[in-house]
Amino acid sequence: MNLFEELANNPGITKALPEAVADTLLMVGVSGFFTLLIGLPLGIFLHTSAPGGLRPMPVTNRILSDIIVNITRSIPFAILMVILIPFSRLVTGSSIGPLAACVPLSIGTIPFFARLVETSLRDVAGGKIDAALVMGSTRMQVIRKVLMPEALPGLVAALTTTLVTLVGYSAMAGIIGGGGLGRLAYNYGVQRFDTAVMVVTIVIIVAIVQIIQLAGDFAARRVDHRSAAGTTRRRRRPSRAAAPAVPAADAPAAEAPATDDARTRV
Amino acid sequence: MITVTDLRKVYRQGSRDVVALDGVSMSVPKGSIHGIIGHSGAGKSTLVRCLTLLDRPTSGTVTIDGRELTNVKDSEIRLARRRIGMVFQHANLMDSRTAAANIAHPLELVGTSRKDTEARVAELLSLVGLQDFAGAYPAQLSGGQKQRVGIARALAAQPDVLLCDEPTSALDPRTTDEILDLISELTNRLGLTVLIITHEMNVVKRICDSVSLLEAGRVVEHGPLQEVASHLGGRLAKALIPLPATPPVPGGPVVELLMVGEHATEPVLSGLTRRFDTDVNVLAGSVETLAGERFGRLRVQLDERTDMDAVKDYLAGQGVSVEVAA
Repeated sequence: MNLFEELANNPGITKALPEAVADTLLMVGVSGFFTLLIGLPLGIFLHTSAPGGLRPMPVTNRILSDIIVNITRSIPFAILMVILIPFSRLVTGSSIGPLAACVPLSIGTIPFFARLVETSLRDVAGGKIDAALVMGSTRMQVIRKVLMPEALPGLVAALTTTLVTLVGYSAMAGIIGGGGLGRLAYNYGVQRFDTAVMVVTIVIIVAIVQIIQLAGDFAARRVDHRSAAGTTRRRRRPSRAAAPAVPAADAPAAEAPATDDARTRV
Repeated sequence: MITVTDLRKVYRQGSRDVVALDGVSMSVPKGSIHGIIGHSGAGKSTLVRCLTLLDRPTSGTVTIDGRELTNVKDSEIRLARRRIGMVFQHANLMDSRTAAANIAHPLELVGTSRKDTEARVAELLSLVGLQDFAGAYPAQLSGGQKQRVGIARALAAQPDVLLCDEPTSALDPRTTDEILDLISELTNRLGLTVLIITHEMNVVKRICDSVSLLEAGRVVEHGPLQEVASHLGGRLAKALIPLPATPPVPGGPVVELLMVGEHATEPVLSGLTRRFDTDVNVLAGSVETLAGERFGRLRVQLDERTDMDAVKDYLAGQGVSVEVAA
């Protein structure tokens, strides 16, 4: 029996896999959406309320930045997930399934994304903000017309990194009841010693991460007008892809857990 | 017309106060270009930030056409700022916007209609000579072109005052001249009142009508260009009509002469030689045209036997200022 036939007849792949992929994409999509929805304003607030920011609010900034964001980020995701089980049940009515997993996933990645947003915004030169203020911009106009568009390449890269991280986290969430590819790899690969399913799962997780990263890089380049080459006929140069330092440096690190989690459980 | 009265700015740095501006006053008549020159640390940047209300001055007032900016409430600062157009050293354009969109930026803030915006942007682009670059992003423009876009943007909302903060310090000499000529031309055409903050004497020489020398937060010399240039002992005169340093030479007294206007071209030295039967040794000399007037400055060594008082009297009679060099 050749490999393909074996895979085609494996119920773990024919039946469970499509559902698992859908669950994983659901988890990544829904938590990605909420991370963007809450993390973006939070990141903007972290930036503008910092000392020397658009509207310094030292105490609030301190509380948000040091206490909430840093504490949340320092709790390992596996533990955060367990702590949040009652809260997930409260929000979604269940503590298992992909939707329930979205709660800890969102809460785990919102601070991470907010930090990345803050870092991207910090890269917008102060002179541009001064220029906008002297024109008579309101703070909201500075945020909407200067900070966000000027930081857009970095923000896109930050979202990419966050989505890649979410793929990794979602695999972890799968094991404690979230479903998706993480659960598939665990149930078949670990508990039933079905190496084929394990390998296919890993390949798919890697593929998902690759697609997100490539799409993110492409989008970031499209919105980046900071180099002279023009937007439409932009040549691909590795140096430029690496230019938004945050995602390029983070991407491999963020990608690693996704595959590691699956592999360590073989 | 801009009037600045006794502007003070004190920063709190740790436990001590740093006085960045120590009672700066100046007055710039409508339609003229005033230069503020000073070394780094003299308080130029603080002055700019106070004039644009990016920082609130500790005391003192800034008035534009009789309306005071400094006493407005925080909520009205935005409106007050719209009366000032500002040009920055590094243009500070938005990289995500095309040249046209950058110029349209101030218009968006006041809710100008799309049609009016387009017309105004086209007009401004041609005003600064960039008709063909409407769709270019700043990264595709040269430094001089970026600064032109910056100037067009500053003028978009039709301010009364153009404030230029080191507008040419990041440009090469030729582009500097182009940008300065543009500012000068626009000033005449639009009746702007212009304040240029700079550390380059060349900027003052080329386009300013009057100048203030800022040092340690104070204006130490100021006045119309011709006036400060005619003041032989003054620091601005020395900087405006520079003479190369010369090593000390043994022999008679060394004097510096300043000749203004028609005197600059008169043969003063040969007159001196004939009259006092003395040798005049020229050590250094320079002729500059400032605000349309010619200024000549000479460093000469006279004969040891020369009667200095008589020479001074004679030269004063010829309209020449004299200073005995130390």
